[in-house]
Amino acid sequence: MSALPDAEKLCSELAERIRPHLTPNTAMIGLYTGGAWLAERLHALLALPEPLGLMDIAFYRDDYHKQGLHHDPKRTKIPFGVEGRDLLLVDDVLYTGRTVRAAMNELFDYGRPACISLAVLADRGGRQLPICAQHVGAKVEVPAGMRLRMKRSDSGALSLELEVE
Amino acid sequence: MNNPQLTASGALQHLLSVEGLPREILVQILDTAESFCGVTEREVKKVPLLRGKSVFNLFFEPSTRTRTTFEIAAKRLSADVINLNIAASSQTKGESLLDTVANLSAMQADLFIVRHAQAGAPHLIARHVKPHEHVINAGDGRHAHPTQGLLDLYTIRHYKKDFNGLTVAVVGDILHSRVARSLIHGLSILGVPEVRVIGPQTLMPARVEALGVRVFHDMRAGLKDCDVVVMLRLQNERMRGTLLPSAQEFNKHYGLTAEKLALAKSNAIVMHPGPMNRGVEIDSSVADGPHSVILPQVTFGIAVRMAVMSIIAGN
Repeated sequence: MSALPDAEKLCSELAERIRPHLTPNTAMIGLYTGGAWLAERLHALLALPEPLGLMDIAFYRDDYHKQGLHHDPKRTKIPFGVEGRDLLLVDDVLYTGRTVRAAMNELFDYGRPACISLAVLADRGGRQLPICAQHVGAKVEVPAGMRLRMKRSDSGALSLELEVE
Repeated sequence: MNNPQLTASGALQHLLSVEGLPREILVQILDTAESFCGVTEREVKKVPLLRGKSVFNLFFEPSTRTRTTFEIAAKRLSADVINLNIAASSQTKGESLLDTVANLSAMQADLFIVRHAQAGAPHLIARHVKPHEHVINAGDGRHAHPTQGLLDLYTIRHYKKDFNGLTVAVVGDILHSRVARSLIHGLSILGVPEVRVIGPQTLMPARVEALGVRVFHDMRAGLKDCDVVVMLRLQNERMRGTLLPSAQEFNKHYGLTAEKLALAKSNAIVMHPGPMNRGVEIDSSVADGPHSVILPQVTFGIAVRMAVMSIIAGN
């Protein structure tokens, strides 16, 4: 198993990959919790004019009937009009694609965006839905039975870590 | 004794009373309601959580506000809502409560919202429903009205941010009030240091101090330095007995006027579960005044009921 990439370095690289694709119409939305941390960083690095949107997809998850409602859902805050916007969704790790599907479902309850693209720090494969990211920090292989998560230290530094599922 | 509201793993299975709920569950409901407030402010006020679920509003007692807010909450969760007009249905033909419920269960009910004049009726139903069915008490006799208590707690937290250091007064007919009972239990679970009850001796339950409250019969003394004033509805039917001389007399001693409210803190909020009797327990100048949060209470009630239903139906 190779070492996990440096999340701080990936974050800067990801920002530069996104930069050429920005339009005056772009607005960013981070998905709680890891995606919100990453989005805060990307939003600052890219100096986007619109304030950052934050989204918790707890009310749109497809496993509610099996798992129940997640504890402590955060309040979704989208401080700009979604209608006709070029949206950039940000999450830390892309895996099954179910979170992104739920996020898109929630977004359409706010309006009809012109387009949605997805930026993730790490893509670990294992998709269960036809969803892909346009901007990827790195592809990361994750051993079976493990979960890849992004952490944020007290000082605000980002890191990738493996946990037992 | 096991708690009939909780599953074996401690999750909320039914909501029958605030009394006996762990603090974490109360906080979980309030936090979840806060997120639902975001949903109720946007263009499409609906989330798909309860798609395909059937919610039965079983109101054996009249109610407009509570039934309507439950109905709106269920619809905003994408559930199918069936309102039963019990007064005009089988119960008047002699069907028992449990037979009514068994029949609705055979129609694939998932959630029963129950209001009943008899204290304990929702508990009785909860003991007999199938494992996947849930019961929410929407007011039973003088016993409990937990979603009203929760929305009152939500309102207090919204305006006061924190329960620490608060003084809360509940004023009026404490004896007959399931709203007061649910709120007092909730305030005590969440650690509010001072809860006062204000009212005439005839409208105070026996041994009310056992709930951890301070009792005042003089409203002016009781209101002094309060952060929150909760007025209760004086039910007209109480006037017929010997409990009270008249509505005017009650208003004179226990009606909330601007002059009496001035004894509370300058940033005090005034709450009322509705429906209000203007000029009896509350003056219009207060009900419509800057301290009143009576209409926001109604709006928060929808988000709180969405939170309760979505937590319960997922467990």
